[in-house]
Amino acid sequence: MKYRSAFDIIGPVMIGPSSSHTAGAARIGRVARTLFGRQPTKAEIYLYGSFAKTYKGHGTDVAIVGGILDYDTYDERIPGSLQLAEQLGIEIVFSVEEAVVDHPNTVRIKLFDDDKEMELVGISIGGGSIEIIELNSFALKLTGEHPAILVVHNDQFGVISKVTYLLAQHEINIGHMEVSRKEKGKMALMVIEVDQNIDQNLMDEIAQLPHITQVIKMVD
Amino acid sequence: MMLFKNAAELVEIAEREQIKIAEVMIRQEVEVSGRTREDIIAQMDRNLTVMEQAVERGLNGVTSVSGLTGGDAVLLQKYIKSGKALSGHTLLDAVSKAVATNEVNAAMGTICATPTAGSAGVVPGTLFAVKDVLNPSREEMIEFLFTSAAFGFIVANNASISGAAGGCQAEVGSASGMAAAAITEMAGGSPSQAAHAMAITLKNMLGLVCDPVAGLVEVPCVKRNAMGASNAMTAADMALAGITSRIPCDEVIDAMYRIGQTMPSALRETAEGGLAATPTGRRLEQEIFGNKTKAVK
Repeated sequence: MKYRSAFDIIGPVMIGPSSSHTAGAARIGRVARTLFGRQPTKAEIYLYGSFAKTYKGHGTDVAIVGGILDYDTYDERIPGSLQLAEQLGIEIVFSVEEAVVDHPNTVRIKLFDDDKEMELVGISIGGGSIEIIELNSFALKLTGEHPAILVVHNDQFGVISKVTYLLAQHEINIGHMEVSRKEKGKMALMVIEVDQNIDQNLMDEIAQLPHITQVIKMVD
Repeated sequence: MMLFKNAAELVEIAEREQIKIAEVMIRQEVEVSGRTREDIIAQMDRNLTVMEQAVERGLNGVTSVSGLTGGDAVLLQKYIKSGKALSGHTLLDAVSKAVATNEVNAAMGTICATPTAGSAGVVPGTLFAVKDVLNPSREEMIEFLFTSAAFGFIVANNASISGAAGGCQAEVGSASGMAAAAITEMAGGSPSQAAHAMAITLKNMLGLVCDPVAGLVEVPCVKRNAMGASNAMTAADMALAGITSRIPCDEVIDAMYRIGQTMPSALRETAEGGLAATPTGRRLEQEIFGNKTKAVK
């Protein structure tokens, strides 16, 4: 079931005018910020489908940028986020895309700073609920509603069991997990949604395991 | 406890356990989220406060950034007070409070989505109108929101609550059905009557397209919330009178889903068809945004 909580229906508390085009957009922006881990110096935002056609009237642009600035859906700074980003020295580039995509409300966000870049695709599925469906060209499904860790690793036997063993040792329960890879034996990604927030020590332990390239934390 | 998947299961659980639909939703939320009951009630209480404040703000008069909407809630309240209203105080009060909420939403004010922002007026509008007739406790008002949530949950999981996916029937249609069920339960109706109220309401919203002028959640969204509230009130009264829906609630929801699937993209929140494509709709769009089709900052 896509929706699991009463508060997916009665909620979120948000700045208007659209739950999918404003609140959902802000949430996707904020997940991007969380996964990036810090304030970027540049953001490229590509809008598709209904997002592309109606973003202006819905404040989708200010909402996504508000999310990238780490604002929640109800943050009253959202309407002024473009100016605030400018003041913070963040370069924002919008692009309205013609391409037809599977979901009507789709956005691709690329975040950059001097050291790294990250790219994700998010969809706003209605009522403010979202899914991240692509991260650095890996297909995945992440709702942003639970704490999660994303582990980039080499596609080798035993890596998954070592990570889950560490979680078990720390008594962390896994709610949802999926793995994907671009090519057999090459780079792979584990998405693990868990019931508790994961502390930095455990993050470091996972990062030190063999064949692990990167560990990203998604806090509740 | 098992998660309810449809209206038939929801009604069956409520009847078997002899509890309100609101209580089924609360128990499920405790089960699924692992949070305490107090915590969950407190969160819904905060949402209720947001709704209360939005209604109040709208009744004092707001105007949207585009200037397309605002001030209608004030007009309606004045008209009600004049004593000349034909359709009854409670009904028009619900309509004005639904409009108030959506006017605040269009003005980029703070609201609580129920189930979406574009349809955020119906549930609080009807709640704060029937409140003056039924005199519920704060707790019962919170229950109203859980009853709404239960039916919205069913629609969201079996059909859609997104205008882009299913048209306005999925947004204001769902909101109206949720409100009708909650009004019915608050007025003392049985779980089965609540489901009939939902079915009767949604039946009369089937096929409603999402065609916002200039892509803004304003025209016709604000007035669709007005009619959604009115539809919910009437359907609740019908269900409370003992009238049943010949087509069961779940089948109406399924019909809504299938209609949404076959609805052309131009009528699903793209601002390409319907009222958005009328000469006046296009002119308003021009006035607001000019000729810009490509966006760049």
